Amino acid sequence: MWPQIRPAIVVFVILSAITGLAYPLLVTGIAAVAFPWRANGSVVTNDTGKAVGSRLIGQYFSEPGYFWPRPSATSPVPYTSYSGTPASCATGSNSGPTNPALFAAVKRRVARLRAANPTEKGPVPVDLVTSSASGLDPDISAAAAYYQVARVAKARGLPATEVRQLVEHFCRGRLGGVLGSPHVNVLMLNLALDRLSSHKTPRG
Amino acid sequence: MPAIAWIQMLVFLLVLMALVKPLGAFMARVYEGRPCGLNKPLGWLERLTYRAAGVKPNQPMSWKTYALALLLFNALGGLVVYSLQRLQGSLPLNPEHLGAVPPYLALNTAISFISNTNWQSYNGETTLSYLTQMLGLTVQNFVSAATGMAVLVALIRGIRGKQADNIGNFWVDLVRSTLYILLPLSFILALILVSQGVVQTLSPYKTVALLQPVSYVQSTTNAAGQTINKTVWVKQQVLPLGPAASQIAIKQLGTNGGGFFGVNSAHPFENPNALSNLLEMLAILLIPAALCYTFGCMVGDTRQGWAILATMMIIFVPLMVGCVWAEHAGNPTIAASGVNQTPSALMSGGNMEGKETRFGVTDSAIWASATTAASNGSVNSMLDSYTPLGGLVPMWLMELGEVIFGGVGSGLYGMLMFVIVAVFIAGLMVGRTPEYMGKKIEAFEMKMATICVLVPPALVLASAAIACVTVMGTSALGNPGEHGFSEILYWASSTGNNNGSAFAGLSTNTPFYNLVGGVVMWISRYFLIIPTLALAGALARKKRVPISSGTLPTHDVLFTCWLVATVVLIGALTFLPALASGPIVEYLHLWR
Repeated sequence: MWPQIRPAIVVFVILSAITGLAYPLLVTGIAAVAFPWRANGSVVTNDTGKAVGSRLIGQYFSEPGYFWPRPSATSPVPYTSYSGTPASCATGSNSGPTNPALFAAVKRRVARLRAANPTEKGPVPVDLVTSSASGLDPDISAAAAYYQVARVAKARGLPATEVRQLVEHFCRGRLGGVLGSPHVNVLMLNLALDRLSSHKTPRG
Repeated sequence: MPAIAWIQMLVFLLVLMALVKPLGAFMARVYEGRPCGLNKPLGWLERLTYRAAGVKPNQPMSWKTYALALLLFNALGGLVVYSLQRLQGSLPLNPEHLGAVPPYLALNTAISFISNTNWQSYNGETTLSYLTQMLGLTVQNFVSAATGMAVLVALIRGIRGKQADNIGNFWVDLVRSTLYILLPLSFILALILVSQGVVQTLSPYKTVALLQPVSYVQSTTNAAGQTINKTVWVKQQVLPLGPAASQIAIKQLGTNGGGFFGVNSAHPFENPNALSNLLEMLAILLIPAALCYTFGCMVGDTRQGWAILATMMIIFVPLMVGCVWAEHAGNPTIAASGVNQTPSALMSGGNMEGKETRFGVTDSAIWASATTAASNGSVNSMLDSYTPLGGLVPMWLMELGEVIFGGVGSGLYGMLMFVIVAVFIAGLMVGRTPEYMGKKIEAFEMKMATICVLVPPALVLASAAIACVTVMGTSALGNPGEHGFSEILYWASSTGNNNGSAFAGLSTNTPFYNLVGGVVMWISRYFLIIPTLALAGALARKKRVPISSGTLPTHDVLFTCWLVATVVLIGALTFLPALASGPIVEYLHLWR
């Protein structure tokens, strides 16, 4: 046994230094030079330079003048990305496909969306009534965005065609027409919406 | 199922298959010590390691020495990961000032990472410091993968050995796997992932303002026992950061799967878009698939490698298609509540509970199949919320013994055990002494192969049974009814086969689950490695029998079908009763 002790310790120390220190630090260094914005969380700032979120992390919206994101299972509020305890950061609902609690939640969300979007008579797009895997999903499907156009336009006093154009502008199709799924980034769309509204009704 | 889903699956499989031969041939050169193109930039590091460690790279080991070196190295790794977690509060690179990880959780995580399982009882962003993530988990992501690859290479040397009592040198196989294969691939993948938005920084977590503040009602009980409701306004969001990309690259390439963040690759900071998703999915199956070709190269007959890869694909592809189909079919009860689940050019549709919009149903279900075929276990969607049959696929892929791709190295050496069993049964049927690659398969080889084939199912069924009949087991359930049973069965299948994915509704961060899970992961890793190495040693000592008219060819269509049947039959016979009382009953309930 003894002849293998020294190699075990030495090889472990060297491989740890290479893979646990040199490698992650080298990647961090290159990332800091080549992709500093992305490596640090893709943080979005508003016109005054204040950080108002990450392009990649969703936020919760419930006012009629904003596009609503997908339901989120995080606590204490939806889209809590971190607040110190394992119970309050990114999570999915983990509701099974026959869980009565899931069916009740879906019914509740459908009723709320129907009440808020009375002009939309068809069935609700599924992503708007089901919670995401991370609880931080930054996107909704294109269908879910179009579903909300009439409500947002009415609440903001904007022409529906203008809001619809904005949604079209923010729609991202499948990568190369094949990969992923069509989606719209809710935070970026809502930020653009605020900018559009402020141009229409200049304050002061 | 829409046409685009078929195209997505096809693209994934074609890119994967295109990479098998170049990478497989490269790895064969690495293990045989032939020039591989990286000897100049990295060779000095290899030589330096041997010199410092007193290793003579040309000195081969007997199987017992090989196993001893491996066990010592892994035990040391476990000790270091455990200590780092317990001491992280007083160590550097801990900007969020996270305290010591509780003992049971630290133990579970340590075993989980040395055994290449990477089960997540921990929650990365709230539990582990940057130092623990880098020096503890990232290191084990590399070396546990390299350990699996070393065992495979040792077995291959046994198979082709010429009556010698040696199966190679563990230190050389370990160092070469890490330096020449895992490190360069991870480096490239990590940089591409950062370019797509995966975070990589040592800065503390960042606080940003919310565009629309959110309120909630907090209920507290005062001294008089009255409940006081208070409205709390949340105006900010904290973005957890860290050196994630470097860890995620090796987490996928080394079939590890333990997330930097709690929700693993569903977290937008781990997997921000469709491109990062494709690359991570490819990385999951890349090395296990390519090793089949490496095997063929090293035994001097690439047809042997292709036959095994074909066996894996014949089982994998229909199951993947089934999973994608089941998730697209969606949930009939939800559809009946006035919800549109039909896929279109504007949305993914299908069962979107527990899935991310940017991936949609197809890329989530392909991932779920790939991550459980390989013993990776990372997730980009929450498997607990899959439809009954969609969830059955990942569960059964693990229960087949993690041999359909499986872990890096461990998948193929597991599959070679099934090959030996298949050869043996075929030999019995035609009345000839079974042999594989010119080596006679006798009682000792069969005993070792049988242990490797039967230990995981025994562990899975026993630990699931214990969890089902104890309060400690059932009090962790996240869902009622048969789905609750599925959660326990999934946990047992995952730890008992060193996969690491979860039906995450089950709250496993308890002393019971951490301890039982830890023991199960430990047994299913090392009590397979030791018999495998013993088998390698036994085969190495045997003399090669020349091929005759009575030799059963192990590279043709007939044998491939026979191997498929062997794997499927053992997996089905062992687990059908359990699956019938979990996902199958749930399917009948949902669609009655």
